[in-house]
Amino acid sequence: MASLFACALVSLLVTVGIVLALAGPTIEFFREVSPLDFFSAQEWAPTFSPASFGVLSIVVGTLNVTFWAILIALPMGLCAAIYLSEYASRRTRKVVKPVLEVLEGIPTVAYGFFALTFITPLIRDNWPGFLGDAPGIFSAGAAGLVLGIMIIPTVASISEDAMTAVPSGLREGAYALGATRRVVATRVVVPAALSGIIASFVLGISRAIGETMVVLIAAGNTPNLTFSPVQSIQTMTAFIATTATGDIGVGTITYKTIFAVGALLFVFTLGMNLISSWLVRRFREVYE
Amino acid sequence: MDRWRIRGGARQAVEAAGAETTLTVQGSRSRSEGWKSLAFIALLLFSVLIGLALLVTLIIDALVEGSSRLNLDLLTNFPSGVPERAGLQSAIFGTLWVIGGMIVTMLPVGTGAAIYLEEFANPDRWYNRLLEVNIQNLAAVPSIVFGILGLGLIVRGPLSLGSVAYAGSLTLTLMVLPTVILASREAIRSVPPSLRQGSMALGATRWQTIWHHVLPNAIPGIATGTILAVSRAIGETAPLLLVGATVFVTFNPDGPLSEGYTTLPVQIFNWVQRPQDEFRVLAAAGIIVLLVVLLAMNSFAIWLRNRYQRPM
Amino acid sequence: MSDGSMEVPVSEPAARPSAGVQPAGAGPRQEATGRAAGAARDTDVVMRTEDVTVTYDGIPALRDITIDIHRNRITAFIGASGCGKSTLLRCFNRMNDLIPTAEVRGSVLYHGEDLYQPGVDPVEVRRHIGMVFQKPNPFPKSIYDNVAFGPKVLHMKVDMDEVVERSLRQAALWDEAKDRLKDNALGLSGGQQQRLCIARALATSPDVLLMDEPCSALDPIATGRIEDLMVALREQYTIVIVTHNMQQATRVSDMTAFITVELDEHDNRTGTIIEYEETGRLFSQPADPRTEEYVTGRIG
Repeated sequence: MASLFACALVSLLVTVGIVLALAGPTIEFFREVSPLDFFSAQEWAPTFSPASFGVLSIVVGTLNVTFWAILIALPMGLCAAIYLSEYASRRTRKVVKPVLEVLEGIPTVAYGFFALTFITPLIRDNWPGFLGDAPGIFSAGAAGLVLGIMIIPTVASISEDAMTAVPSGLREGAYALGATRRVVATRVVVPAALSGIIASFVLGISRAIGETMVVLIAAGNTPNLTFSPVQSIQTMTAFIATTATGDIGVGTITYKTIFAVGALLFVFTLGMNLISSWLVRRFREVYE
Repeated sequence: MDRWRIRGGARQAVEAAGAETTLTVQGSRSRSEGWKSLAFIALLLFSVLIGLALLVTLIIDALVEGSSRLNLDLLTNFPSGVPERAGLQSAIFGTLWVIGGMIVTMLPVGTGAAIYLEEFANPDRWYNRLLEVNIQNLAAVPSIVFGILGLGLIVRGPLSLGSVAYAGSLTLTLMVLPTVILASREAIRSVPPSLRQGSMALGATRWQTIWHHVLPNAIPGIATGTILAVSRAIGETAPLLLVGATVFVTFNPDGPLSEGYTTLPVQIFNWVQRPQDEFRVLAAAGIIVLLVVLLAMNSFAIWLRNRYQRPM
Repeated sequence: MSDGSMEVPVSEPAARPSAGVQPAGAGPRQEATGRAAGAARDTDVVMRTEDVTVTYDGIPALRDITIDIHRNRITAFIGASGCGKSTLLRCFNRMNDLIPTAEVRGSVLYHGEDLYQPGVDPVEVRRHIGMVFQKPNPFPKSIYDNVAFGPKVLHMKVDMDEVVERSLRQAALWDEAKDRLKDNALGLSGGQQQRLCIARALATSPDVLLMDEPCSALDPIATGRIEDLMVALREQYTIVIVTHNMQQATRVSDMTAFITVELDEHDNRTGTIIEYEETGRLFSQPADPRTEEYVTGRIG
């Protein structure tokens, strides 16, 4: 029993480990770089000399890609969930749900390749001139688009679970009042499942923030303080991945920068989690 | 009679004609409402189909791009600066070592934690609640953060294993652990309580009950969760970039602790990044190989689950 | 579908004298029963089923049901649980459509029009025939929004405040709810929730109200209030109630149908109507021995 408890404890130690692993080098980082510079400088060039540590560029890069991704993923994920839970026949569901799971299992490097070699050229070739400059080979928008589609299954499956859990008595009550299927879905089931839907949204956003490979491959890797979808940008995750791949000595400022950015990323997702659990509690419906 | 009148338009027509009010339940909802419902269904279907369309396009795209390099040489050659001679052998062996090490580590820890939480943990104790919340939260931590954890504590720092395959195994273990624990718990929970009570009533101890009755019945569920976790780990790239899966390895690792390894997705990533078209073809071919492995594993896991899922 | 076919005179139950009907402990309510029987002469038929058979997955659950539902009457379906009385009730507003395996054959006429003929919109049907369920199922919204839900989704051009107040008054919930209209309906007690569900059904001004064991989840006091409410609502609505409680049927209903399960030639358990009669008579002088066994408590 003690050994079983130890197994469960491992999961807790992972969290502690993450915090410890991040904390040491991050603290050392801030001994060398003032937090004020970190959060207010305009330029992000930690490996250049003279180095500049304006993390805002890559934070905005992350938000840029995340914005386009969730613009796609949240509404479409919700719609897919409504379809599966309220419209699809049992047979359709039996086919579609495994396909969604397979989609969730496709490696992100494949999505990145797809964004770079298929989606981006497709957008560039069909770019309507009145929208201004066409996106480059690397663009935040193309990466965000593919990232968004990639996240649809995550949002859809969790939202669908929440909707399926809504007691059928509520649906019957609404149908008996002459509500159409659409009204039952949008006015009764979705509000009743709101807390689960919100949880799925937050998880979707977390995934968009934390995703590395798609943005690393398709969004370019140039820090750029912009919300434009047609420009090349660098995200926090892409910075970490690129920088850590090179051979960097322990104790160098570059090494510490990786941890500082990692710590910021971890704080972001932790914050999302806290917001999520607060919202879930706030909107939780007890049906009886 | 007045109260039963139903259809606005028809009713007015009838009244205008001086007839008595009729009553009808024939498809009389307003036309705009019909359109709205149709548009809504179209929107829903579109949302579902775009995912499926993407899957199909992605596979076709990779097949079209990579078909010229889909041959045995791709699997048996080592990486090379010359695209015509480059292959995946060291990446395949690297993946096998990393994933093998991960499975051996993950299974006992994950199952053990699940058994503890389901069979022994008193949910009223604060530390058990903390474990629960923690596992939920870990599931949302980005994979690259696990890479940083691996870099700071496993490759360097306290464990200082260096850039060895098992460092990758450990990092991936920590990453998929929450998924495995959640899936195993679900599997254990779905074993009917009557089975436990039956066993205990015959005088079996708690341990005997778990070992002889609960676990055997939970194995399909645990296996499903494990396969899904393993397939996720096989496709994972980002954390391995941090814990030293280097991209140009022209030899197979000869053990979990031998320095220098690469894995399939890392090798593909390397090829994707090269500007030459020949490497892009290689990347596409590599993606096909990876997808075949993963789709096979996923399909098996889903089949396994549908087979053993108790009818609801 | 002519107007003529809607008006089917109901002579049989009315022709029977209601004297001698003395349901236990129903002093004042006996008068209601008697009046209904007297009024039946000129009451027309609102709904009629003709040879309705319902199958689930091809296995019949109800067979050859033919029954008339009269206006401004309370009609009760009684019978042991599992006999198909709820299934029958759900034919009247096509709620069975929501069960993929269910199939309804025969016709259910509503003012002479077959609800199951092609071209009939089940959604439209439910706008005229309201329903209250066994378990109170208020939406997890405010009391006000629960009542306003129907008129809103039906795009009824009405003064919503007025509709809410009228419906809550009709459901005898206004006094308890008027100061907490914005509160979540799930904060109400079980009996209040059920009255809210009745108010919700009344808000769309239905013609017929179907009630599927509306009191089975309630305590005796709440049950009493719902029963009083039903008797009051009979003035304006046609009510069909399913109940497993015979006392309830004698207390509130004018007409009673006894449904029971029979084994058919394929050994399927199929529900059929054994006897349909004016309530007092069905309980005091059942024509069929099976009815007598049931109402005297020997079976079920």
